[in-house]
Amino acid sequence: MRFIFKTSYLQDIRLLKHNGYVFWYGLLLIAILLAPLLLDEFYIGEMAFIFIYAIAGLGLMIPVGFTGLPSLGHAAFMAIGAYTNAYLLSSGYSFLLSVALAGIISSLVGGLIAVPLKRMTGIYFAIATLAFAIIVEEIIVHWESVTGGLGGLAVDYPVILGFEMGETWQFYFICLIVLLLVLLGTLNLIRSPSGRAFIAIRDSEISAESMGINLSYYKIKSFAISGLFTGLAGALFAHRLAYLAPDAFNFLLSIQLLMMVVVGGLGTVHGAILGAIFVGLLPQAIAIAKDYLPPFIGEFPGLEPGLFGVILVLFIVFEPMGLYGRWIKFKLFLEMFPLYRKATFKRQKSYLKTERVQ
Amino acid sequence: MGHPFPFSYEILLPGLPIFWHTFYLFGSRSEFTIFAPDNGRSRLELLQVLITGLGQGCLYGLIALGFVLIYKATEIVNFAQGDLLMMGAFFGVTFIGIMKLPFGLGLLTTLLAMAVFGYLLDKLIIRSMIGESQFSVIILTISIGFILRSVAGGIWGNDLLALETPYSGEMANIYGLMISQEYLVVIAGTIVLSLALFLFFRHSSLGIAMQAASQNQLAAYYMGIPVKRVFSLIWAISALVSGVAGTLMAPISLVSPEMGFIGIKAFAAAVIGGFGSLPGALIGGLIIGCSEQLAGSYLPPGFQKVTAYLIMFLVLTLRPQGLFTQIQQKKV
Repeated sequence: MRFIFKTSYLQDIRLLKHNGYVFWYGLLLIAILLAPLLLDEFYIGEMAFIFIYAIAGLGLMIPVGFTGLPSLGHAAFMAIGAYTNAYLLSSGYSFLLSVALAGIISSLVGGLIAVPLKRMTGIYFAIATLAFAIIVEEIIVHWESVTGGLGGLAVDYPVILGFEMGETWQFYFICLIVLLLVLLGTLNLIRSPSGRAFIAIRDSEISAESMGINLSYYKIKSFAISGLFTGLAGALFAHRLAYLAPDAFNFLLSIQLLMMVVVGGLGTVHGAILGAIFVGLLPQAIAIAKDYLPPFIGEFPGLEPGLFGVILVLFIVFEPMGLYGRWIKFKLFLEMFPLYRKATFKRQKSYLKTERVQ
Repeated sequence: MGHPFPFSYEILLPGLPIFWHTFYLFGSRSEFTIFAPDNGRSRLELLQVLITGLGQGCLYGLIALGFVLIYKATEIVNFAQGDLLMMGAFFGVTFIGIMKLPFGLGLLTTLLAMAVFGYLLDKLIIRSMIGESQFSVIILTISIGFILRSVAGGIWGNDLLALETPYSGEMANIYGLMISQEYLVVIAGTIVLSLALFLFFRHSSLGIAMQAASQNQLAAYYMGIPVKRVFSLIWAISALVSGVAGTLMAPISLVSPEMGFIGIKAFAAAVIGGFGSLPGALIGGLIIGCSEQLAGSYLPPGFQKVTAYLIMFLVLTLRPQGLFTQIQQKKV
């Protein structure tokens, strides 16, 4: 077990706590940078997809994991980002500008929608976000002059400073850069006063308010930032899809995003990334597993959403802290060996209405 | 009625087979135009739309009732309620349509099957979640919904199934008002069921035990109420109510694994009613059903689908706790 002797405040808030972090994350970064040289194009495409998911996952983690606002409608922000990007590209804006604008517009919508949402708690909040997503989907269907309606909207290749970025590896690096920016942004956010305020609101609105935190301001801020990140993910997602149709952004996508943060581990940055990897690889894993399963199961219609459901149930019931929580437990087990106690992570339950944190 | 009108009702109600055949049964199409300026006629049509809305609203209300029952007792929001309705409809199709049981017996079997299903669902899965955060439970029930949809698709296929009942396809003529009997049965069924539930919660000891458990789980436990079993029974009742809604809905719309999405609208109904109140849920359902039909007839296309949510947003913005709320502020 490693004890870090902290001698200054700057050391306390360092992102990479000690040299072990520097080594392992550096290794990971090098591996990711070299991946396009070593791997097949198909896998590079899939990795870019996982990056996009990770960006969206970080976007969703901010309200759900850090602020405690259970959003069931984040597909709407992805849709807004995607359609803004596609529309601006088709009307002649440059790629960098249109992606940035997609994020900003999505962020504005997030901030605006949070104004009525900020007073709602728990289920009301969840249902209202769900309704928001459905309304956005319906607007996309009917606002044909911009979105192409049910007919869909084609997305142009990204062009940066006159270079066409049509190759898979180029798109891979675009996604990677956005992901790294968003990742740094999130890490800095949660150690800033705003991030601390978010976490205080998540843990108890009442005590946060008594500490002088302006609830509505921070809830709106949380949703605006989340809208920005998810909108960026949506803008990149548009390029990945190449052709936008309203049903790409339905309830299932919202649930997929939610599954990502839950399976990864609520309230951790690692969780969003791990969840993205999990959700990104799952369809491939199912496709591969289909060949080996007996035809009765392999040919089962609706296998994928059903499996999504089963996995979510298993995680919620047996490992609510997600993949990252499992990793933390494992790490602690190694560090404490042989003194590890299971009860360290015992879940607290609350049976009285008054005890319940909304 | 030779009034030239640019829209036929088909344009106003795109892709909604649920309501089409009700209108087709009027006879020739030219007879039915929506904005007819002839006063007596248009008033009749407004009534027509409202009664269809009431029937539809009763369905929403029934599903919302299921939500509220579970929420009041266990503080769990069951996002799989719509999928319970879907299961109910499929059970109905199986027992009545495929196994050819007489309608009454088939309905009874369906309800029994649903009650057992709800009881087991709580006992096997949901019970372990008592006392967990609301968010985990929301995700749990959503994923149960996904599983149910997938399983139903696997067993019954993803095609649309129809349910024939003794009363389907008939029109009742009340003072010149032609109403499809299916909707009348829905309205009657809802009234009977609500009365039964009211009497149950007011007068039976089990119903009172359920109210006690919903007010304070621990206190109820100390008073010797088997809280766990009571919760499972509440799930059974809620599943039974959705079974009724499913079987009543099956002849009106078609049965498919996707029909559970109606649950989201019923959700809006429950929210409008305030989530804590059973009559509120029914009233919320009626409000949504009627306004949806009105929007479908008098507003541009697209509005019908989002009316429920727009109303819900409005209600939540003005009164974040719902119209008929019984939920108190959280104490510190």
